[in-house]
Amino acid sequence: MDRPRAVRARGITKCFGVVVALDEIDLDVAPGQIHGLVGPNGAGKTTLLGLLLGLAVADSGKLEILGTPIRRALDAPDGVAGFVDGPGLYPSLTARQNLAALARLRGRDPRGAGIDEALDQVGLTDVADDRAGGFSLGMRQRLGLAAALLAQPRLLILDEPSNGLDPVGSRHVHRVLSGLAAEGTSIVLSSHRMDDVEALCSEVTIVATGRVVFSGPLSKLAAENRELDYRLRTSDPVKARALASEAAGITVVADEVVRALVPALDELVTRLVRENVAIRELTPVVSPLEAAFLNLTQEGTP
Amino acid sequence: MTAATLARPAPLSRGLRFELVKLVSQWRIRLVVLACWVAPGLFVAAVSQQSTLPVDTLFGRWMHATGWAGPLVMLGFAGTWALPLLTSLVAGDVFASEDRLGTWRHLLVAVRSPRRIFVAKSLGALTVLVLMVAGLVFSSALGGVLAVGNQPLVGLDGHLLSAGDAGARVLLAWACVLAPTLALAAIGLLGSVLLGKSPMGLLLPAVVALALQLAQMLPIPVSVRLALPGYAYIAWNGLFTSPAQWGPLLIGIGVGLLWAVTATALAYVLFLRRDFTSLASDGTGRRALLFGVLPLTALLVASIVVIGAATGVSGSGIGQDKVQRSVATAFAHLYRLQTGQLNRPDVTEAQLATTADCNKGGGQRDPEGAGNDWRCVITWHLPDTTATGQAIYQLDLTPDGRYMADGDGPKEVNGYFLVHTPAGDAPNPLWQFDGNVDLLSTTPKG
Repeated sequence: MDRPRAVRARGITKCFGVVVALDEIDLDVAPGQIHGLVGPNGAGKTTLLGLLLGLAVADSGKLEILGTPIRRALDAPDGVAGFVDGPGLYPSLTARQNLAALARLRGRDPRGAGIDEALDQVGLTDVADDRAGGFSLGMRQRLGLAAALLAQPRLLILDEPSNGLDPVGSRHVHRVLSGLAAEGTSIVLSSHRMDDVEALCSEVTIVATGRVVFSGPLSKLAAENRELDYRLRTSDPVKARALASEAAGITVVADEVVRALVPALDELVTRLVRENVAIRELTPVVSPLEAAFLNLTQEGTP
Repeated sequence: MTAATLARPAPLSRGLRFELVKLVSQWRIRLVVLACWVAPGLFVAAVSQQSTLPVDTLFGRWMHATGWAGPLVMLGFAGTWALPLLTSLVAGDVFASEDRLGTWRHLLVAVRSPRRIFVAKSLGALTVLVLMVAGLVFSSALGGVLAVGNQPLVGLDGHLLSAGDAGARVLLAWACVLAPTLALAAIGLLGSVLLGKSPMGLLLPAVVALALQLAQMLPIPVSVRLALPGYAYIAWNGLFTSPAQWGPLLIGIGVGLLWAVTATALAYVLFLRRDFTSLASDGTGRRALLFGVLPLTALLVASIVVIGAATGVSGSGIGQDKVQRSVATAFAHLYRLQTGQLNRPDVTEAQLATTADCNKGGGQRDPEGAGNDWRCVITWHLPDTTATGQAIYQLDLTPDGRYMADGDGPKEVNGYFLVHTPAGDAPNPLWQFDGNVDLLSTTPKG
């Protein structure tokens, strides 16, 4: 039996006055998938996430959330949770009170709503009874995620969840999101941090000026990409540079930096090894996603 | 995964509870509620024990005589300062706070109905406001009655209200000023919806209340005065005359409620039109400001026209006949009170047949309208004698029809602050007294 997609959007257009925020956007998110949404500031990411949360309805196009067509604003189905434009928290309430008030609003007894578990999952147990007004940005982000967890979401929408997170907070968030996805929850998140998207997302959609410029698996993005710059550190830099200069499809950009497609790079590695040059480091100077992002979003930019 | 059912909006009762939790969690709200329940009682009790009373405030001069004067002094103060500030604090911030905290989208996702959010927020603000007003009434009444006692109250026209009647009218007066308070609260809601994060949204009820008070101090026509939404803050005075001046009070209440309904409806419509996905919008902009201000201006103009046509009163509403009648009535009632204090044989108002002859500016000016240059010569008769008594009073009459009459002789009647009674010295009720002119009455009574 076909399982409906968590998100199925076709030709979504949304305008604010004369500004076209989203222009014929298509988006597919499978159940249990963590889908990254990246793009420059003002690309339309938050507007799109707002539509997925049901905050507004598209001017044209079709949108199905969890198999349910969305025809009016705030028509989102049960099981959709998350936040856009920062987590909504009330600074005069403690972390626990924020979650309890939200649980009551949803008609649940706070005692059985899993508040302690949610706080534990995001690593806020120690500050559960502190007022949210004193929280750092990263703590507020984690509390926002805990609030979304209370809804036991089947589709989780997160706008820049990594903002302000320290490495420990980031690990908490990654663990929670991976765990949810493993249980079948679909997650759509926007981020400016490519390392987060690469670490978490199996698929990514890149939007620029309201249009989709790429959508698909990360591996496809890397393959489709043009030549990348790689840092190449070896036991014999002079010999390595000479071999790289001679190799077809390889450009030496600087000391220990070469530009190549993956097949040409594979050949260079084989040749270096054959010539008894040990390879100590071979890494992209910028990540494939970041390179693709920069390429795709800067195309057409003067 | 099967197709999900649409999420249902959170019921209003849960939304209201959510709003109350947010409001009550704020320290400033808690402190102000506590202050409303404690401070007026302490203030009234403390002032009642002082030798100098706040005679500039209506009923202030009677704070030694009865505990029911305290809550009325508090009401005069509340109508000027406390209630506009309280509405600013609560209603002026109830929508704007979500803009400030950036929580609108979160709230919409949680509640799934802008209509219910609006109603819950309005009811939440109203609940806290009523709690504060209840504190002001209860505390000041309790403070007054405990400190001074449950005694009869001298009304605004000098007649004596029994303690029970005074208590009931005090509660009724406070209930009446809920109408203009609701109007200010609704203006607060509208400002909060319109102006978003701007501090002006928070201050709007206080600014409007100040403007209304300034307008009431000016010599504006009666129809304009009564069409202003804060008029019930003045018109409650009419409850303490006999007969009560219901006309201005009911018009004041009606106008207040009309403003409350109109401003709330405008806020509701503007709130529902707001697009919460647009990050650029944290209020509804200048165009909406126009939509908010214009209808209220139209309401004001329509009220002025309707009130003018319905009452048929023009000008200041303060004429020589009305002033003479009011001063003579108050003097007669208070004369009886003084007679009782001095243990003299009682006389009735009918026997006294008091009349007043008032002029303005020493007779050089048209005896019409407000001013501190009114002068009245009061004449009365005593039973079994052909001689008449005469007393002079200088009146400071404000444009809202209220006046303070200051005795200007003879000294046996109104020359001394105290009178010697068999039980010791007591304040002389004829030395100075407050009164008011019914701005709407057109025909002489009696």
